[in-house]
Amino acid sequence: MTHRFDSVQIVREGLKDVHYLADDGIAGVVFLADRLAKPILVEGPAGTGKTQLAKSVADFLGARLIRLQCYEGLDESKALYEWNYKKQLLRIQADRKSDSWEDVHDDIFGEDFLLTRPLLEAITSEDPVVLLIDEVDRVEVETEALLLEILSEYQVSIPELGTIQAKQIPLVFLTSNNTRELSEALKRRCLFLHVDYPDMEREKEIVLTRVEGITENLADQIARIVRSIRQLDLKKAPSVSETIDWARTLVLLGIEHIEAEQAKETLHILLKYQTDIAKAAKELSIEK
Amino acid sequence: MLDLLSGFITELRNAGLPVSLTENLDAMEAIKHIPMEDRDAFKYALAATLVKNNSHWRSFETVFEVYFSLRGPEYAIDGDADADEFWREMQEQQRQGEGNGGSGGMEGLSPEELMKILMKALMAGDQAMMRALARQAVQRFAGMEPGRPVGGTYYLYRTLRNLDLEAMLEKLMEISRQEVSGELTALEERLERDEHEDQIEKFKQEIEAEIRRRLVADRGVEAMAKTLRKPLPEDVEFMHASRDEMQSLKKALQPLTRKLAARLARKRRHGRKGPLDFRSTVRHSLSYGGVPADPQFKYPRPAKPELMVVADISGSVAAFARFTLMLVYAIQGQFSKVRSFVFIDGLDEVTEYFKNTEDISVAIHRVNTEADVIWVDGHSDYGHAFEVFWNKFGKEIGPKTTVLLLGDARNNYHASGSWVIKEMRQKARHVYWLNPEPKSYWNTGDSIVGEYGTFTDGVYECRNMRQLEAFVEKLA
Repeated sequence: MTHRFDSVQIVREGLKDVHYLADDGIAGVVFLADRLAKPILVEGPAGTGKTQLAKSVADFLGARLIRLQCYEGLDESKALYEWNYKKQLLRIQADRKSDSWEDVHDDIFGEDFLLTRPLLEAITSEDPVVLLIDEVDRVEVETEALLLEILSEYQVSIPELGTIQAKQIPLVFLTSNNTRELSEALKRRCLFLHVDYPDMEREKEIVLTRVEGITENLADQIARIVRSIRQLDLKKAPSVSETIDWARTLVLLGIEHIEAEQAKETLHILLKYQTDIAKAAKELSIEK
Repeated sequence: MLDLLSGFITELRNAGLPVSLTENLDAMEAIKHIPMEDRDAFKYALAATLVKNNSHWRSFETVFEVYFSLRGPEYAIDGDADADEFWREMQEQQRQGEGNGGSGGMEGLSPEELMKILMKALMAGDQAMMRALARQAVQRFAGMEPGRPVGGTYYLYRTLRNLDLEAMLEKLMEISRQEVSGELTALEERLERDEHEDQIEKFKQEIEAEIRRRLVADRGVEAMAKTLRKPLPEDVEFMHASRDEMQSLKKALQPLTRKLAARLARKRRHGRKGPLDFRSTVRHSLSYGGVPADPQFKYPRPAKPELMVVADISGSVAAFARFTLMLVYAIQGQFSKVRSFVFIDGLDEVTEYFKNTEDISVAIHRVNTEADVIWVDGHSDYGHAFEVFWNKFGKEIGPKTTVLLLGDARNNYHASGSWVIKEMRQKARHVYWLNPEPKSYWNTGDSIVGEYGTFTDGVYECRNMRQLEAFVEKLA
């Protein structure tokens, strides 16, 4: 099997080209996932670029991104495959007299009548794909089991058809917001990557690459303020995406240097709870 | 290498991390692809395969530092070089430094010059320089001798005392002020301070790492790993938690309550079907000619319990009470009503404090400062507190109420007042007692938890987050 990446460095550079700034940990784990042919379980606070990581990797590889959004009540027929009942019915009615029972039976459970869903599609695809299983913590524990076969063996067993092997091993990302403990079985099959809020330097870089027309000075100031805010004991710390939103707002308002007054007026973009806003304003001595 | 890794994994398991066999194999596979010379990448590779829970990261990091701190290009010791040799080399350096000043490098610098360089490095955030300085500082100030049976914190203390980083912070602030040549605005002042504090924190970590490195060289890997072994956040005992551990516990509480609430809500929604609904089954059987072919079940309506928390907040058990209150209030959606009372020898209701604020830590602070809980001398008196509770609030206990009593039942040999519990038990749905002490300490000295226990529905040992979580889940 050929590998997608030659070194950790290449992963890092490549992701940078598609405007995703990976740190050592992220690049290392992506590299390793390719080498070990294992899925990556990405965990961390909301808005730190977990989903974006999968998108960016797909972008960088020029691969198709197949996304399975998880939710409560997700089942086999939505995640793996489903039989096309209507078509099967039509097939039976079309030539009622000619075929024997055996023929019809074999026929209607053929691949023509199979509707592929994201997971099956990812492994049967000819061209390279990146599979993203988003917010896997939202499905019930029982449903998690559906994923196990595909994650460890890269195959799907369909009782009527047999086992479908992967044509190529896709790069798989699972993201979790950690609202519940995932099962040991699932965790064991994955590489674990915790994506936390970036440090100040990286955040500044992120702001610089993602926001057009921002000055270095402003980006630096934004990163510093956000770091100070994250140190406070808040209900919800500002995420990276909120930082970017804030930076965009400031650029749109034509602000070059943040003064206390402006910071106070735009704080609601960064923080979403009234108590948090009040606290941050007080702590940063914006409000006298 | 293989030996080192298996030793490493054994130590991880000793530290309480669940490392399965497959994960072990994955790690072995992973390090084939990542060179050990790249220490950060190597660390992440091991972490990705071995640590599957973020709260275990710190424990992992400690063990990693101990096992691999002597290996790596920066320290220029190859695999077969002995730790002893390293130690000798280090002493050599030290002697040189003392003997002839000015032999090049940093050895010849006076303390004042050293401080100046440090200040510059902190100002510029120069990581390499800070590392070099940390090594120098430890060598000079810690006074480490091989084989001395002192903990790392002692050396850390000695080094930091000599460096006086507090004053350093003020000096750095001074420089920042001069740079802008004028007054900093309040916002800028705050940002600069955070920046400098961050740098100093990094420098402290460098010093700690350096001390650990030297200790490992002196004492060997296994011994060090053992002394540094710390319980995982969920296993930290409430009663003996250090300040750092308290901090990490507080951090762990937030995601934990969220998980717990999600789990409970789900359980409520997807609970099993209730018992057979006989009436409805018979009614439905009529359409099958009297055969009960379609059994009907009652729709489950689990009642949300009403909760009364009565907590001892004296000295040693205060931390435990605080965590329990925080946990209970964080998931109060799972109860129809929560009322809370705190006592030492007097008793006061504190429900209001929680009602009027969104921020639980503020409420806890108010409980600690404002609640009127002292009656005579401020030593626990369970008997009196329970009597007050019974007289004032006893009427409000109903058949739906669950009463939670928190405390170690160390009553200072006062009258027990256990009749209150007995009466309570008859009126309430359940009465539970949570004790933060290890079971083996119960009923020793002035602890009379056994006497109270006989009248409750159960006494539970709640020494750490894991046990507390398990209990609360059972309750809701």
